[in-house]
Amino acid sequence: MSIASSIALTLPEVILSATAIVLMLVAAYAGDKATRFVNGAAVVALIAAFLSLGHQGSAFDGLYSADAFSDFTKPLIYLAAGVSILLSTRFFAAEGKLRAEYSVLILLATVGMGMMVSATNLLTLYVGLEMQSLAAYVLASFMRKDQRSAEAGLKYFVLGALASGILLYGISLLYGFSGTTDYHGVARALADGVNPGELFGIVFVMAGLSFKIAAVPFHMWTPDVYEGAPTPVTAYFGSAPKVAAVALLVRVSIEAMGSAVASWQQILIFTSLASIILGAVGAIGQTNIKRLLAYSSINNVGFVLVGLAAGTAEGVAATMTYMVVYVLMTLGSFACVLQMRGEDGRHVEDIASLAGLSRRQPALAAAIAIFMFSLAGIPPLLGFWAKFLVFDAAVAAGLMPLAAIGIAASTIGAFYYLKIVKIMYFDEPAAAYHPVGSYVESGVIALTALAVSPIGYLAIPMLGTASAIAAKALF
Amino acid sequence: MIGLQHYLVVSAILFVMGVLGIFINRKNIIIILMAVELILLAVNINLVAFSAYLGDLVGQVFAMFVLTVAAGEAAIGLAILVIYFRGRGTIAVDDVNRMKG
Repeated sequence: MSIASSIALTLPEVILSATAIVLMLVAAYAGDKATRFVNGAAVVALIAAFLSLGHQGSAFDGLYSADAFSDFTKPLIYLAAGVSILLSTRFFAAEGKLRAEYSVLILLATVGMGMMVSATNLLTLYVGLEMQSLAAYVLASFMRKDQRSAEAGLKYFVLGALASGILLYGISLLYGFSGTTDYHGVARALADGVNPGELFGIVFVMAGLSFKIAAVPFHMWTPDVYEGAPTPVTAYFGSAPKVAAVALLVRVSIEAMGSAVASWQQILIFTSLASIILGAVGAIGQTNIKRLLAYSSINNVGFVLVGLAAGTAEGVAATMTYMVVYVLMTLGSFACVLQMRGEDGRHVEDIASLAGLSRRQPALAAAIAIFMFSLAGIPPLLGFWAKFLVFDAAVAAGLMPLAAIGIAASTIGAFYYLKIVKIMYFDEPAAAYHPVGSYVESGVIALTALAVSPIGYLAIPMLGTASAIAAKALF
Repeated sequence: MIGLQHYLVVSAILFVMGVLGIFINRKNIIIILMAVELILLAVNINLVAFSAYLGDLVGQVFAMFVLTVAAGEAAIGLAILVIYFRGRGTIAVDDVNRMKG
């Protein structure tokens, strides 16, 4: 394979990184006046990267692979990145900190995520992951003067660096004991029995990746980072990096470790159950909406891992479908959080301030109610379908106890979602919110709410086919 | 004769020291950054030792990538530490508690 055709396959990443570099220069010369232009150009670049998807093949001697799986995942990542750029302009303008480098950092993180999703070699995996993480550390501490934002960045950095170290140690063991960093080579080495060195490697890799997707027992950074980071950044953290890390985990588990399912399946079963239960229990008693959504994301990652733990093509398809629905719900709920502004125009995050919202802003209250019911997995909404698919795959793979405990624990989770609905609809109204009046934000809320409402079921046949093709590319 | 096992043992000891340095250390965030570097160096010893043992260059190339990324990581970590210090006037680990729960 020639260099030219390899570069043609990596065109989405080339477009995004070239645009990021050019926009960085624009930001450096024109300063923060250029923010709106830079944000617009970044969204255009994301659309261009999306349009350049579709060429399939293996590039750079098997370091990078563009296939149906990456074509399924990358649009989702670009969507989340684009929405978080669109949501950022008004937020940072209201906080008086409109800065041009925001979308440059988002673009660079998105390049890293594209590499993670397409990596078919442990080296590409590491470089992509670090590219995403380094940009994300800066994004978390983006509001430099805000002490909570700086603390969020610091915590994210320390624990993220530890996770990278653990992952790398696992990679070095896998490399040493299998003699190669290529996914298929590792799979061939694991096929003739897993020796203790390889087993340690698998465990360390799984632990490092659990950190990145915020699965228990490596979830402790999530609530603090979600709370401290600026809300558009939190919306981004909750969606795009999670999709990329889950896709990476899926690809590593199936392509590199698919010949040793038994050695990682029990790890995933444990982390998924622990995440479901801890995510549900931890959210009870939270008073900050962003913290609550952080526990909700831990809870949802647990359900995602139920699908992967099955280790079958149906399980992978269910996992990827779940991620699509999850991204829509997350972007929508964080767009709703952005509507919460106190009378002085500053953003508030208290759940108590939602009291009686149905009488003040019925449309916003209805949208939040839709997202909460969908996150809880209550039937007419799309969140139910996603949960149904992962449990169906788990049962089909013979993991009946996992499915049973998971379903039982999801009722605990329903408690705190319903509590928010109760506060909005049955409590005495609190002080009115400062009007936001942004068409972009209302549009995001309306579209995502519509997508997770029963109308979203119209897209299920298409989504089912696409995710089945994506999953088949890995087996 | 020093063989592969000796290198792996040294690397495992360094790795454990790095992880303990992050969790047991209650004093200073700079020490955490040093512990992270220690973990990455443990990985590099592993990679280079395996590379020499297998007669395969990929491990050494990987080690160069790890070194490069570690430099970037240290730069970003220190930058975040500086803005944190400007806001709070302290870098003691026990004071990183603005958010809890």
